[in-house]
Amino acid sequence: MSLTDQEVRHIAKLARIELADAQLERTRSQLSSMLGLIEQLQSIDTTGVEPMAHATDLVLRLRDDAVTETDHRAAYQSVAPAVEDGLYLVPKVIE
Amino acid sequence: MNETVKSLSARLAAGSVSAVELAQDYLARIRAANPVLNAFVELNEERTLADARAADALRAEGRAGVLTGVPIAHKDIFCQTGWHARCGSKMLESFAAPYDATLIARSRDAGLVTLGRTNMDEFAMGSSNESSHYGPVRNPWAHDAVPGGSSGGSAAAVAAGLAPAASGTDTGGSIRQPAAFCGITGIKPTYGIVSRWGMIAYASSLDQGGPMAHTAEDCALLLNAFAGFDEGDSTSLQRPAEDYTRSLAAPLAGLKIGVPKEFFGEGMSDDVRAAVNAALATFRTLGASTVEVSLPRAGYAVPAYYVIAPAEASSNLSRFDGVRYGYRAPEYGDLADMYAKSRAQGFGEEVKRRILIGTYVLSHGYYDAYYLQAQKVRRLIADDYAAAFAQCDLIIGPTTPTVAYGLGEKTDDPLSMYLGDIYTTSVNLAGLPGMSIPCGFGAGGLPVGLQIVGNYFSEARMLGAAHQFQQATDWHLRRPKE
Repeated sequence: MSLTDQEVRHIAKLARIELADAQLERTRSQLSSMLGLIEQLQSIDTTGVEPMAHATDLVLRLRDDAVTETDHRAAYQSVAPAVEDGLYLVPKVIE
Repeated sequence: MNETVKSLSARLAAGSVSAVELAQDYLARIRAANPVLNAFVELNEERTLADARAADALRAEGRAGVLTGVPIAHKDIFCQTGWHARCGSKMLESFAAPYDATLIARSRDAGLVTLGRTNMDEFAMGSSNESSHYGPVRNPWAHDAVPGGSSGGSAAAVAAGLAPAASGTDTGGSIRQPAAFCGITGIKPTYGIVSRWGMIAYASSLDQGGPMAHTAEDCALLLNAFAGFDEGDSTSLQRPAEDYTRSLAAPLAGLKIGVPKEFFGEGMSDDVRAAVNAALATFRTLGASTVEVSLPRAGYAVPAYYVIAPAEASSNLSRFDGVRYGYRAPEYGDLADMYAKSRAQGFGEEVKRRILIGTYVLSHGYYDAYYLQAQKVRRLIADDYAAAFAQCDLIIGPTTPTVAYGLGEKTDDPLSMYLGDIYTTSVNLAGLPGMSIPCGFGAGGLPVGLQIVGNYFSEARMLGAAHQFQQATDWHLRRPKE
């Protein structure tokens, strides 16, 4: 199976990864060969098989509705690219 | 330095060496060998010696445990305060975690001394350690060969005697395959045994941490420290604590070993086949019996893995957006452009490839055909293992189809590298425990790994069988020339 240039650009846009024109062909061909590998799965009859999302049949635990965390804001923001007054800075999104 | 965790523990207990002296010895070895091997990406002598002094102080107070003062190297995927956690990526070049992963906290509580942080494939995506932003690791047995991946730095460090033990993580074989390529022992426990809290996520339904060392006995001692329930990981299993050393002395008489015929077919090289068959003969000599079993859908594990793991990765790695941590592009326009440029510049090629394919298989119109189908095949693979374990106690075969290949040999052909994980990925998909132990040497004098797969929660039995094998053989005692 082979992807088109347009499909590759669309995937990159969904994944929020900029794709330069110069990388397009190499990316397209490598993704297409990966698809070739995973296409093999189509040959297996899975009628009536329950999808396995996880290795163990876990039920999510519930905990008491109580505050368990303390304030680590300063420590966590110390590794951010840009912060101001305890807020993460990003480009303006609302004009 | 041919030391095991066990022997170092005994020397520390006898007072013939201190934790500080041990740490200094290993640091000197690392300084000498690392410029060539590149197994470590971060050293911090002051921190290491502070850990060692604390361990010696505990011992002086009579509060030392079996691992107190034993040095360990940690894979650069575990968050650890006071150290960087770069995960092999430019994206996290400046990142130093503000908290400890549970595996790190448990190591520290056991008194283990951190020697440094080991190199790895970027975000654990790779089988040769060549996708690391911090350069490839060289295999201590042959410097032009890969050490395997993604825990390649950990495996090389142990093999070269730069650390007696290391932590690793295994999503599709990343503990077992480098252990095989470097001639050491490593175990990926049952999914849910070792907490994933603070372990930078690749594919959450498959990721599992575990120990790497020279011997099965050392791995058992380390697993005792690493394993245990953790509130911080929603998939951590609530089970009574186990002593993973409890079956080391158990004789192998009566043990039924299943040999999966599909693992001995086309693609397995002759040198690996010979070493694995000889190991099976050794197990029979020790009183075990072997029976042929079948895993008919195991051949689909690699394609199923390359749907499920990238799908989960595309979701997990969406957190790297240049806002809360990690790399931000120096120039950008609006917010979406900042995301796209930061991610394009911060991630390497292999990581981008997996995010893109993962995005595709989850996208509208393809979800059922790829992602859901892969999850159904995953169920069939798990069912195959369940049927096989009705006939045997352990499944034993090769860890990899070949010994370590050359640096650069497969970098232009990702697919051929993926297919090298043919015997390991099915174990992660099923969530079973798997380990690799050295069982001989093949082409170029490079080590061959033997894979032991157990049923859920049978780590003690696997480690016991591996230990008995290591009592009868000396492959795990061989060391590369310095």
